[in-house]
Amino acid sequence: MLARLNLALLALLAPALAVAGDAISATEKQPLNLHAIGMFVLFVSMTLGITYWAAGRTKSTADFYTAGGGITGFQNGLAIAGDYMSAATLLGLTALVYTKGVDGYIYMIAFFAGWPIILFLMAERLRNLGKFTFADITSYRLNQSKVRTMAAVSSLTVVCFYLVAQMVGAGQLIKLLFGLDYNIALFVVGALMMVYVTFGGMVATTWVQIIKACMLLAGGTLVAILAMSQFGFSFDKMMGQAISLHTLGDKLLFPGTLLPDPITALSLGLGLMFGTAGLPHILMRFFTVTNAKEARKSVLYASGFVAYFFNVILLLGFSAIIIVGQNPEFFEGGQIGGKIIGGGNMIAMHLAKAVGGNLLLGFLSAVAFATILAVVSGLALAGAAAISHDIYARVIRKGKSTETEELRVSRFASVGLGLVAIVLGIAFEKMNVAFMVALAFGIAASANFPVLILSMYWKGLTTRGAIIGGYAGLVAAVLLVVLSKSVWVTVLGNAKAIFPYDQTALFSMPLAFLLTYIFSTLDNSAEGNAERAMFDDQYVRAQTGFGASEASSH
Amino acid sequence: MSSSSSQIAVYARIRRNPRFTELVAKRQGFATLLSVIVLVIFYGFFMVVAFNPGVIGKRLSEGSYLTVGIAAELFMFIFFWLLTAYYVKRANGEFDAITTEIIRDASKEVK
Repeated sequence: MLARLNLALLALLAPALAVAGDAISATEKQPLNLHAIGMFVLFVSMTLGITYWAAGRTKSTADFYTAGGGITGFQNGLAIAGDYMSAATLLGLTALVYTKGVDGYIYMIAFFAGWPIILFLMAERLRNLGKFTFADITSYRLNQSKVRTMAAVSSLTVVCFYLVAQMVGAGQLIKLLFGLDYNIALFVVGALMMVYVTFGGMVATTWVQIIKACMLLAGGTLVAILAMSQFGFSFDKMMGQAISLHTLGDKLLFPGTLLPDPITALSLGLGLMFGTAGLPHILMRFFTVTNAKEARKSVLYASGFVAYFFNVILLLGFSAIIIVGQNPEFFEGGQIGGKIIGGGNMIAMHLAKAVGGNLLLGFLSAVAFATILAVVSGLALAGAAAISHDIYARVIRKGKSTETEELRVSRFASVGLGLVAIVLGIAFEKMNVAFMVALAFGIAASANFPVLILSMYWKGLTTRGAIIGGYAGLVAAVLLVVLSKSVWVTVLGNAKAIFPYDQTALFSMPLAFLLTYIFSTLDNSAEGNAERAMFDDQYVRAQTGFGASEASSH
Repeated sequence: MSSSSSQIAVYARIRRNPRFTELVAKRQGFATLLSVIVLVIFYGFFMVVAFNPGVIGKRLSEGSYLTVGIAAELFMFIFFWLLTAYYVKRANGEFDAITTEIIRDASKEVK
């Protein structure tokens, strides 16, 4: 299977090779990068080999969704870090530091600070109560059909928006890095994702994520070391030069346009912190480990890698101000201070080229491609689980389907999601998709997180409250983003935004909490009381792990 | 999700065990304390960013480019991670030992 797939990949690359000669005239598309393609093919061969091996071990639904629950804390920590550090992290945040200075660092701490909170308040309960999806927890003592349907709807919304944002980014990036056509790039990403997820399930997805995380950490570190060596490893020396050269000057060190007002700053902080705690593909990773002990270790390792990498990115961004920003080679027409070749997202790549030549550029390009692949695979798996485990097995078949049937549906769902991702990716090519990631985090923070945390902590939660609050959070998050500048003005072309802030969590999240609280408290139905009565047993299981789903043996 | 009747009996026994109440109070108190520390420092920092951004760019000493903002964030990255390490150490050691004991006692009595 491996050899055949490699051939298929080469066949996909062939037309691009043929047109590479005349592609240089196009401003966006770059000449074919052979180093990058070589290293990427190596990565793909390796991951397909792993998928082949994983396919042999993916026999039950537990294998498919959670790798049989046998992943260690360290492996899962790397995989979570891999899920969390997308190509947008490497390229986007480096560019953010390059253009806006310390604003980028503030953004990163908000991205990071959710992890300790997830550990302290959620990790252990997630593992003790959950099995395959986070809906297992929210529906533990509530109405299965209603709560699972809601969880699946909001999960799929999050997954789709996140997936489309990744796919569009992937297409643009691959066009730039590899000189491949946008549509071909989407097919390559979509096809590989489908192969990983459909055949290898969570085992393959986890290992793809682990390999990619190691590559990303190594690549980023290497570029940072080479860049810092140009300043004698002195932070002060680098900063001094960066400030004297950058158009912002001293303002690089102050919060700027990213956080124009207090409401935006707080809303961003809330959305990133609690959005993380509501992302279905991140939550799902907690069910892949053996027990609560390993779940806690996962967060320890994951947050360590994420924190480390964010600080590496800070160095990349600041050093690029001098190394890339003063090199005419990286500007269109050789005009320093003009338009960066390939746009702002290419800063990290240009830096790699400047300090390590084509070989390092090729490696980092392959890392970026691998990163996209790994992240979309994790997303597709989470989406497939929502369809097959929540909707099909629990809502439609009421738990009466066999494992084989559920597994078959999950595989069809993965392929379906892959096709949806390709089609939407092509449809949204020309659109500014920055709002989609914000939307995904907004929905995760406003629809998933409130119901999830209340189901674990609050005895008074009932189905009625959860449903009203959860859907209200979902609708509010979508509506506010549509009415904000990023969609209302940038995408729809209206003159003025109706909702004045770009960050919505400060409004939609409290709304979800408030409505959930009010309607649960007012719920005097017999069902509501029965649901409250079941909290005590759930509480013991959440605290002790007694009765928690165990790792399946191989 | 339904639990078997023997499981429910164990849950009831665990609930009645004073060690369980002690475990929950201890661990929850510890987790809450650490969460409050993280949230206060984090949102405190964001309040400064939001309401007094001038402080963020202040240099710690003349001739150095290490600013209040960069130093505070670096501190948060390291300190928050150390807190996670501290929590994992206590939860996986001390608290899990009590948990194992509680489950063992409850399962034994039921049988």
